[in-house]
Amino acid sequence: MAEGLRPDPMPEEREATALSVRGDAGTLKLVSKATYFKEAALKNLFLACAFMAVAAVALIFVFVGYRGWPVFTEVGASNFLFGREWLPTQDLFGILPLFVGSIVVTIGALLLGTPLAVGAAVFLSEIAPPKVRSVVRPAIELLAGVPSVVYGFFGLLILRPIVADLTGGLGFGPLTAWIILAIMIVPTIATLTEDALQSIPNGIREASYAMGATTWQTISRVLLPAAKIGIVDAIILGMGRAIGETMAVLMVVGNAPGFFRGMGKPLSTLTSQIVMDMPYASGLHRTALFGMAIILFLVSMGLVLTVRLLSRFKEEGL
Amino acid sequence: MRDMKRITNAAALSVFWFAGLTTVVLLGAVILYVFVNGIGHINLAFIFTRPHGVNAEGGIWPMIVATLYVTGLAMLIVTPIAVLAAVYLAEYAVQGRLVRTIRFAADTLAGVPSIVMGLFGLAFFVEGLGIGFSVLSGALALSFLMLPIVMRTTEEAIRAVPKYIRWGSYGLGATKWQTVSRITIPAAMPRIITGIILATGRAVGETAVVIFTMGTMIFTPVLPTDPGRSMTVHLYQMAMEGINLPAAFGTALLLMVMILFFNLSARWLLRRNRRMQG
Amino acid sequence: MNHTLAELQSGVAPAADPTVKIAVKGLDFFYGDFQALTDITCDIRDNAVTAFIGPSGCGKSTFLRCFNRMNDLIIGTKHAGLITLDGQDIYAPGVDPVDLRRRIGMIFQQPNPFPMSIYDNVAYGPRLHGMKKKADLDEVVETSLKRANVWKEVKDILGRGGLTLSGGQQQRLCIARVLAVQPDVLLMDEPCSAIDPTSVQKIEDLMAELKSSVTIIIVTHNMQQAARVSDETAFFLQEVMGEPAMLVEFGRTAEIFTSPKDKRTEDYITGRFG
Repeated sequence: MAEGLRPDPMPEEREATALSVRGDAGTLKLVSKATYFKEAALKNLFLACAFMAVAAVALIFVFVGYRGWPVFTEVGASNFLFGREWLPTQDLFGILPLFVGSIVVTIGALLLGTPLAVGAAVFLSEIAPPKVRSVVRPAIELLAGVPSVVYGFFGLLILRPIVADLTGGLGFGPLTAWIILAIMIVPTIATLTEDALQSIPNGIREASYAMGATTWQTISRVLLPAAKIGIVDAIILGMGRAIGETMAVLMVVGNAPGFFRGMGKPLSTLTSQIVMDMPYASGLHRTALFGMAIILFLVSMGLVLTVRLLSRFKEEGL
Repeated sequence: MRDMKRITNAAALSVFWFAGLTTVVLLGAVILYVFVNGIGHINLAFIFTRPHGVNAEGGIWPMIVATLYVTGLAMLIVTPIAVLAAVYLAEYAVQGRLVRTIRFAADTLAGVPSIVMGLFGLAFFVEGLGIGFSVLSGALALSFLMLPIVMRTTEEAIRAVPKYIRWGSYGLGATKWQTVSRITIPAAMPRIITGIILATGRAVGETAVVIFTMGTMIFTPVLPTDPGRSMTVHLYQMAMEGINLPAAFGTALLLMVMILFFNLSARWLLRRNRRMQG
Repeated sequence: MNHTLAELQSGVAPAADPTVKIAVKGLDFFYGDFQALTDITCDIRDNAVTAFIGPSGCGKSTFLRCFNRMNDLIIGTKHAGLITLDGQDIYAPGVDPVDLRRRIGMIFQQPNPFPMSIYDNVAYGPRLHGMKKKADLDEVVETSLKRANVWKEVKDILGRGGLTLSGGQQQRLCIARVLAVQPDVLLMDEPCSAIDPTSVQKIEDLMAELKSSVTIIIVTHNMQQAARVSDETAFFLQEVMGEPAMLVEFGRTAEIFTSPKDKRTEDYITGRFG
């Protein structure tokens, strides 16, 4: 049952029943007006603070949207969203190649990173000896905090030459971005998946082992299905991180605003193009960048909504 | 049949061991690489002097100041709001549409890509409110980024305070606010501080937000309205222009050390507290 | 029911018997749609120890928490009927539950010292109610700890954290903390179920000493304890799962334990169920 004060009756109501409660020391006191208003004022102050989160989201949407709106009216929504060419100097503001670039980079990173992360989570939760777990889990959490610009730097100097050897060219392109992004989202997905596995009651494991199941059978037939919504949540959050990631992608992807042409060929994404163009963009070009930001905002909000819907499924036991 | 089962199991387990070890090795490689290449460049002069020349030789003092200044200010801005907001959610709120809206907004805010937050900061604080490229604009934008993190950790911290302790206070004739301010918040304080430190650590590593709100100018900020360049932006610029790589490594290492310091102190605080209450 | 609607609404107990501290008339209690208690009527005597006994989940604690309106803290609870303290309706509109809780202290099953020093634990209540002077606080802390039979053990370590004490000492510290705000009534919700036997002995002795100045109501699962410490005993029972619990029998402890009037009381006391 939820904890919290039931709203107190308004102090005005007390006059009617004051008969039953005398004012002397041994009798019950009424709620004093001062206390009542102080408590109510504090509660409203806290509510206002909590409401800052709503205000913040609204402000972001309104201000970025306001700056980006002209691109939808002057360039046109379909030319902007589905235009196949991003050539600001010729007033061509089609973001389809950038959008596809973002998706290509994200999906590749998820394909590489998810198995590794889920595997690492299962390892930590079910297989690793407690000593190993107590070292590895905090280490992975720490690594979630490494700045993306450092990952980008690492990718630029270490991964890029290796990829260049594999694919030819300079090594700027989706493959490098996939690998670096995969490394970055592993901590996110792994820690959340491990949480989901840890929240499965131990009785379920014991029941499975008691029936003669091996560790692998228990993991694959009981634990992973039981944790599946938690794992999907983790993957969606990892996806959000990948699609919104800016600096690391920017530093290795090559920033050529065209369609995907190969793993080793430069590409560009919504996020990286914003940072590349912003310092010199003006007029409609600048507006288009804000328009891209609002698209990113809506995509990330959609992912959050999806996670919420999933958790409703979980409550209903599906 | 029996053997098959055993072999499958062993094979599967070794795959999981492989996944676990690969993760550690990969992540360890990033850190080790930066450490090995950066350690030689870190000395007092690097930390405490200004850069000079076309290749930004010399130290990174202005960047260190700007980074600590902007994250410290963001922390000061966000802490009271986020903590009181969490108090509302944990102690006062009754489940309903209002609370669902607030939670959804907080989740959305936590998921907003940092580049979007950067452009918002540019449009609203820098240009809209006319604060200009400054530490203050950067701190305000970063506080938006930190708000949901501090809110969530604080709410969890408050909820973790046993209800028996609250009852003890109510049972003595304490009002709601007296109980919250004298019992619940002090009892949750170590975990609240841990959350604030972790959020600040995250802000230290942020690039896309500060590049569009604090600017890229190498300057040692004194007033909140002064511009500055964060360590992350400095690292980005040097890496992309391919100039002075040793200094870039040094900056990267210092950044990681700072973040590691934030994380370890948060952990230490948590562990010390657990031992005291255990 | 032996009371009229008019009596309920007037908020005044029908009989102003000075030996009655708390009077309950036709109390029903609900958690949302679930009715936990039905039609409970009883008088709690002043300066006596009253024990509530009955099987787990029979609503004893719920009933106890009505007296200091602790149930107000749970959203969705409601009640019908009348509870008076010294003849005054405690649920009358405008009555301050916060002040009520100062006058009706409560000890919980789990010792719950605040995470602060022993001294600050005891001084918490007086400070809440405006006591500021160090000398006054020192005196209240010492008196209360003495009344709670724990002064000798803690007098040299008042600055140490309350959580460092043993379970039994913690519980006596909590009693001292309640006594420091000078309540008329002390509600004890299974105060001895989570502590060691020697401390149980000390707390039982303490109840005998305190009852001259404080009315005590104790919920307990331990029949022997109820028989040892209480003057009056109330037996509660929830006969059918999902149905509200009721007060089966209420009377002098000696009578309840030797010659209960109700068959169900006899069954419970002789260990037939529960």
